[in-house]
Amino acid sequence: MKAPSRYLTLLVLSVVLAACAERDQSLANKTGQRGEKPWAGAKNSYVAKNWTVGNEESWRAQIRSRGQYQNEYVKTN
Amino acid sequence: MARMKFICDSERCIECNGCVTACKNEHEVPWGVNRRRVVTVNDGVIGQEKSMSVACMHCSDAPCMAVCPVDCFYRTDEGVVLHNKDICIGCGYCSYACPFGAPQFPSNGTFGLRGKMDKCTFCAGGPEEDGSEAEFEKYGRNRLSEGKLPLCAEMCSTKALLGGDGDVISDIFRNRVVRRGKGSEVWGWGTAYGKAPHPEATPEIKSENERKS
Repeated sequence: MKAPSRYLTLLVLSVVLAACAERDQSLANKTGQRGEKPWAGAKNSYVAKNWTVGNEESWRAQIRSRGQYQNEYVKTN
Repeated sequence: MARMKFICDSERCIECNGCVTACKNEHEVPWGVNRRRVVTVNDGVIGQEKSMSVACMHCSDAPCMAVCPVDCFYRTDEGVVLHNKDICIGCGYCSYACPFGAPQFPSNGTFGLRGKMDKCTFCAGGPEEDGSEAEFEKYGRNRLSEGKLPLCAEMCSTKALLGGDGDVISDIFRNRVVRRGKGSEVWGWGTAYGKAPHPEATPEIKSENERKS
């Protein structure tokens, strides 16, 4: 009689405590992403002219050269 | 692979709030929400007053992502931390976790109800279609997909705020520090992107054996 009651207790505990398990908190498990790449280009008329939409290398070169606009030593010296 | 970062050079920031205004205007951010702010410390103390432009730094190991109970955050391949407002429940946990006070909450609903979180997107929009009207409504302009950098940094009058590829802007800053010979401290850089251990660094407190000898 003791064995069945032990099994029953274990079963009840496993059901009751199931909600206490820790959920997966890994950063890889994210749900918000759309997965669009910036070099695909914005669907509007404001896209800068000096790069090729859809070309990843061209976009990277544009971002790097645009970053140099912030370097006033390039402009003045 | 470009890794987008911000640097604010407190030697140059003149507290003009141009970055704040540019951001609000570009993204049509609602009243009460400031994605970017200028913080001044030691105000009025001659020679010690410093101003810094602060927004989401798009941390390498973002604490907001770790604490979000609904997993609304994601990081793009360029290292920009974005969030999905359709998933956000406006709980505010990210606000407590963020060391920069970046998450903002509009309170224009019924009874001043706290709305969904809003923050700097590094001008990279959100999960809606890039450059679409829906994306602009929720997240503002997507300048990265237009081949541009964040407007706050691009229009900074003194170039105190630098934004873009981490390698490019750190080179610009390094060159600047070498030329002026001071002001190498970058506020928030270590907190956001981690500190690389200096090879010649030695512990300040000597061990028991060294003290005895």
